[in-house]
Amino acid sequence: MAINLKEMSARPELLVGGHRSCAGCAAPAILRQALHVAGPDTVVGFATGCMEVSTTIYPYTAWRVPYIHCAFENCAATVSGVEAAYRVLQRKGRIPADKKINFIAFGGDGASYDIGFQSLSGAMERGHRMLYVCYDNNAYMNTGTQRSSATPRGAMTNTSPNGSIISGKQQSRKDLTACVLAHNIPYVAQASVSNPIDFMRKVARALEIDGPSFINILQPCHRGWGCKPEDSIELARLAVETRWWPLYEVDHGRWKVNNKPKTVVPVVDWFRIQARFKHMVAGDRDGILAWHQEQVDKAWTELLEKEEKSQ
Amino acid sequence: MSELLGWKDMPIGGIIFESGSSQRYVTGGWRTYKPVHAQDRCVHCLRCWILCPDSAVLVENGRLVGFDYDHCKGCGICARECPAKCRAIEMELDR
Repeated sequence: MAINLKEMSARPELLVGGHRSCAGCAAPAILRQALHVAGPDTVVGFATGCMEVSTTIYPYTAWRVPYIHCAFENCAATVSGVEAAYRVLQRKGRIPADKKINFIAFGGDGASYDIGFQSLSGAMERGHRMLYVCYDNNAYMNTGTQRSSATPRGAMTNTSPNGSIISGKQQSRKDLTACVLAHNIPYVAQASVSNPIDFMRKVARALEIDGPSFINILQPCHRGWGCKPEDSIELARLAVETRWWPLYEVDHGRWKVNNKPKTVVPVVDWFRIQARFKHMVAGDRDGILAWHQEQVDKAWTELLEKEEKSQ
Repeated sequence: MSELLGWKDMPIGGIIFESGSSQRYVTGGWRTYKPVHAQDRCVHCLRCWILCPDSAVLVENGRLVGFDYDHCKGCGICARECPAKCRAIEMELDR
């Protein structure tokens, strides 16, 4: 499906303004983009997180599609239940047989990587026709930046501070995209908020598929990462250009790398503009910077190999 | 601020029946700087529109026509992401 912004802009906005996310938070843009592709016949479930809280502060809601407020751990389970109910109602003739409804579950990295991982895994395994979008901002930003399993090694958060003994988070991050891919579902993709056309194309493809699909999208959080509000898109772009966050999709076992940066930007250039890594850039006593660069280079080579092998 | 219902009138589960009601909540007061659009420099690529977190970039017939200052929080993403060749959006101090 070709994405045409001009055509899209003529359609009504399904996530309106007036929600209470921080100024410069890129996450509402992700929701808007997904909804512009999905259209009004969509049911959204949202796991606990920044966007769940800020878009639906009672008695207001920013959503113009049916929306279910879920807890941290059960968003994927709730949405898979809605999808099962839709299939039953369609069989009984209460919903016309040709009426297609999209089911989208959203969750942050806390809800997807950690707390809601079991329900996400279950929903993917059961094969519901639903899309799960994880907006990954690398920590529990809603409660004020606590480490999650998406937090990169060395990053400073409230629960993994930099001090005289340890420097930031000690553990490496979990690769959720690979975890979900291991469920052998038809479509898994990784996107970035800096490439909206790429993300919207991925959403369109995911919604076409008669089965579960998953998109992991990077969303810089200027409060937690420590940068200026207007730089949040720029940070996502740099993450892609440094290859720290490669854009790829796996469509029925076929790998495709969507963005191959022509010039290699060292990871330290991306770290330098974020306050959460400033202790590492100032003096990297544990060698974490070099470790990151090594990991990125290794993962990139592996990714290209996988792409070539699956053709 | 809309009237909050009492506990007897509140729908079970706190369901909100009016979709998009947050439009009545004005977030424009959060702003320090406001985006100003230079029509003559704009190429109407709509990158600002698709990246605006607050749905505050107004587009008519595929052309950028202005901003919804009631909801624009003044984050500056639109000005920052405007292509370098045009720089059609500038941030000005909002008095």
